[in-house]
Amino acid sequence: MDSITTAASVVAAGLAVGLGAIGPGIGQGSAAQGAVEGIARQPEAEGKIRGTLLLSFAFMESLTIYGLVVALVLLFANPFAG
Amino acid sequence: MGFFPFVFPFAELEVGQHLYWQLGNLRIHGQVFMTSWIVIGALLALVVIGTKKMERDPRGVQNLLEFLWDYIRDLARTQIGEKVYRDWMPFIGTLFLFIFVSNWGGALVPWRLIHLPSGELGAPTADINTTVALALLVSLSYFYAGLSNKGLRYFEYYVHPTPIMLPFKIVEDFTKPLSLSFRLFGNILADELVVAVLVFLVPLVLPVPVMFLGLFTSAIQALIFATLAAYYIGEAVEEHH
Repeated sequence: MDSITTAASVVAAGLAVGLGAIGPGIGQGSAAQGAVEGIARQPEAEGKIRGTLLLSFAFMESLTIYGLVVALVLLFANPFAG
Repeated sequence: MGFFPFVFPFAELEVGQHLYWQLGNLRIHGQVFMTSWIVIGALLALVVIGTKKMERDPRGVQNLLEFLWDYIRDLARTQIGEKVYRDWMPFIGTLFLFIFVSNWGGALVPWRLIHLPSGELGAPTADINTTVALALLVSLSYFYAGLSNKGLRYFEYYVHPTPIMLPFKIVEDFTKPLSLSFRLFGNILADELVVAVLVFLVPLVLPVPVMFLGLFTSAIQALIFATLAAYYIGEAVEEHH
């Protein structure tokens, strides 16, 4: 494995997680906003809202996790490591 | 493979190192097999103990099993629908319990006390092969559910609102197992990595809340996998009018 491949892989791994975190971050923010508004308007529905919110959080989080999987492949199982 | 042999003094973090067993022409990951056998054995033992002396008023293990049964039935019924959920409840329940016990077993049992020649014991779901196998099982079962319930009319689903949807629905058949397997694998591996890195940086106290967060995420991921499997099956058996 030459040093240029190593450097590129490490930078790409960082970018994969970092850029992948932007979208889900915004999404989770707006989902949480909606949930808080919902609870403020209708406090008795808190249990249901919380369940749905956590489930949708996990879906959004999995987008970042895809980036993480790519990063882990680059770091630990690099297909370009000669 | 694995040009970063991350070996820390406290937390030996070995990604991409396995205990290989040679089985014919196949090289299999032995540590995954051992832990999944333990998980299967634990689940079987629980169920056998819980159903040995059944009483009208459930107590102890029987009570727990009945609670689980109710939970899984509700999950299957809301996603698959009243008509066929009975056929698929065992499958959904097995998926949920296996993934749940695997995830929690990997996090709660101190596997690192058992030393292996290479690799380390951990959650079976932190290995991509396990999750891909489970996801492909889900793919096969929703095809089977659709075909056995509706026959060839199942393929109406691909052109359901308009034929324009056809390519997207075909691509979806490939992305479903991909996202199912990557979601579970990534989440569980990420939990283990975060805990291991934190233990390396601050060996005391600080990793504990992160471990609890990990337990929470693992439980949610098991629920999500089972819910999505049930949803895909429900989508395949749903009648369009």
